[in-house]
Amino acid sequence: MSDSNERSRLSRAHWHDNLRVMGILLTIWFVTSILLSIVFVEPLNQFKLGGFPLGFWFAQQGSIYIFIVLILIYAVWMERIDRRYHLEAGKSDPKSEMSDGGIY
Amino acid sequence: MSIQAWTYLIVGLTFAVYLGIAAWSRAKTTSAFYVAGRGVPPLANGMATGADWMSAASFISMAGLISFMGYTGTIYLLGWTGGYVLLALLLAPYLRKYGRFTIPEFVGDRYYSQTARVVAVFCAVFVSFTYVAGQMRGVGVVFSRFLEIPVEAGVIVGVLIVFFYAVAGGMRGITYTQVAQYCVLIVAYIVPAAAISWKMTGNPVPQFGFGGTLVDGGAAAGGQSAGIALLEALDGIHRDLGLPEYTGAFVPGKKSMIDVLAITAALMVGTAGLPHVLIRFYTVPNARAARWSAFWALLFIGILYTTAPAVAAFARVNMIQTLHEQPYESAPEWFSNWEQTGLIEFQDKNGDGIIQYSGDAETNELRVDRDIMVLANPEIAELPAWVVALVAAGGLAAALSTAAGLLLVISSSVSHDLLKSVFWKDMSPRAELFAARAAAGVAVVIAGYLGIDPPGFVAQVVAFAFGLAAASFFPILLLGIFDTRTTKEGAIGGMLAGIGFTAAYIIWFRFVIPEAGADQWLFGISPEGIGIIGMFVNFAVTMVVSRMTPEPPAEVRQLVEEIRLPGGSRDD
Repeated sequence: MSDSNERSRLSRAHWHDNLRVMGILLTIWFVTSILLSIVFVEPLNQFKLGGFPLGFWFAQQGSIYIFIVLILIYAVWMERIDRRYHLEAGKSDPKSEMSDGGIY
Repeated sequence: MSIQAWTYLIVGLTFAVYLGIAAWSRAKTTSAFYVAGRGVPPLANGMATGADWMSAASFISMAGLISFMGYTGTIYLLGWTGGYVLLALLLAPYLRKYGRFTIPEFVGDRYYSQTARVVAVFCAVFVSFTYVAGQMRGVGVVFSRFLEIPVEAGVIVGVLIVFFYAVAGGMRGITYTQVAQYCVLIVAYIVPAAAISWKMTGNPVPQFGFGGTLVDGGAAAGGQSAGIALLEALDGIHRDLGLPEYTGAFVPGKKSMIDVLAITAALMVGTAGLPHVLIRFYTVPNARAARWSAFWALLFIGILYTTAPAVAAFARVNMIQTLHEQPYESAPEWFSNWEQTGLIEFQDKNGDGIIQYSGDAETNELRVDRDIMVLANPEIAELPAWVVALVAAGGLAAALSTAAGLLLVISSSVSHDLLKSVFWKDMSPRAELFAARAAAGVAVVIAGYLGIDPPGFVAQVVAFAFGLAAASFFPILLLGIFDTRTTKEGAIGGMLAGIGFTAAYIIWFRFVIPEAGADQWLFGISPEGIGIIGMFVNFAVTMVVSRMTPEPPAEVRQLVEEIRLPGGSRDD
């Protein structure tokens, strides 16, 4: 198998994994923001979380925390997938090597 | 020291910092001017995105709006944060990988069409101008209340400051000023919120105090409800006044479920399609940094957005308990301070000299403008003068940072997407840099004029900018990345159909027959939420037309396959 074939096979597999991660995370996004915070807010309000009616808490607090965590998981998970396929952002991109990275 | 002296001191100090950063970060190349040389670390870009995103409306108006809407305020909280998940997962890394300088440039390349690029330029400029006028107005309002100078003079001071750092520093100046502005605005938001939370519930973390119980701590803390949960007390107060319960979701007097769904979705999708937010992701080194940067951005935004609903609830309890059934003569000092601005009004309908607040418009004697809830909050809670001054500086930081980000979109659209690509193709980089500065300068002046003398439609249109962005940009950007079969004919048709449908619906129900009620709306969706239907129209038209027109050329297919991979870069 030639190099370019191998590369395009890796690219397709990487894209496939990327789509799967997106699908999982966007499903959670939909469930918390649309279902728990809006569609089922009234039944959920019968339960309490401290001083909050539960549905109201999801709508005005919980969903936002979950959104933040979803993007964090996405950043970490995609980095692992990039490494598995040797498609790290820093590779073949000399400009970015000096400032590649997340937490600074 | 008086409130005014403190305000001059703190606002003066923050302005000195912004100007210092501008002088330090002068942009010498087009890359520095448009995308800060792509060297912004993800954490710094997250802060800059936070300040860029959180406008005068987020800082000044949002908690006040929620305060009057209760549960329904969720549309803003979810709409303006949930969009970041879409942005992070569906757009940011790919647009960064694509490189280049502007959003219209991506549209033009992906859809191999100057027409598509020019349509995108007009959408971007239109959305940005309606927005920026509101920011300048916010600057004027803060100046006039806290420094007691006329709104017009306040706008002019704001224009001069933004002019200096946006024109000299371009994206580089704007980015690092926004980092400083984020710090100012978040401290200014959190300090009074924590103090009020601690006073009212004994817990200094507003997110927890929100669900806590009221303590007995004097009038401002609502002594009469001591010992019961804040939200329960609030629901009780609302019932007594004949208002729908604060935490009640779709009760009579509030928006219907379908409308809440539509507006939330339109704001989310619109957020992901706003050009001034998208271009922030062009400034980081690579796609991986873009993903991290989206995380930092939402974390920094989330700090304010989870505090805002708590502030809203505290302010609601405070406002009602300090004013309702109180004699006008003994109203607190902040009441008369704000009465002078016309933002709060007492009309003694039954002539007993006592303020009565009620859900019934016939007997209600108190009119409170939602915009004062955040600005007056520190005074209502009797916090020291320096906190009040800090809030003024925070409001200015929020307005100036958003204005600068929007101005850069306008300037780069004009100099890069219109001048360089359509009218003067062999323009030298030096000439382009000059044109970019000139365009930014002209845009600041126009924005200042719109802020001083806003035409009546600006305020009404700004609320619809999200719907228009949702119906025009988002589907085209998304399909551009995820569907190689989308053609230029499909994209242009989809953009025009989406924005046309949305604009027509808004104009019809807002300006032609504004008296029409929910029963006449399409599926019961108000003009604010119709952008989400416009988005589906756009998707449908784009996908159908694309499959009836010739496939995109091979190099476009290659471009799309390339931007899907995180490594490498096409930067110029």
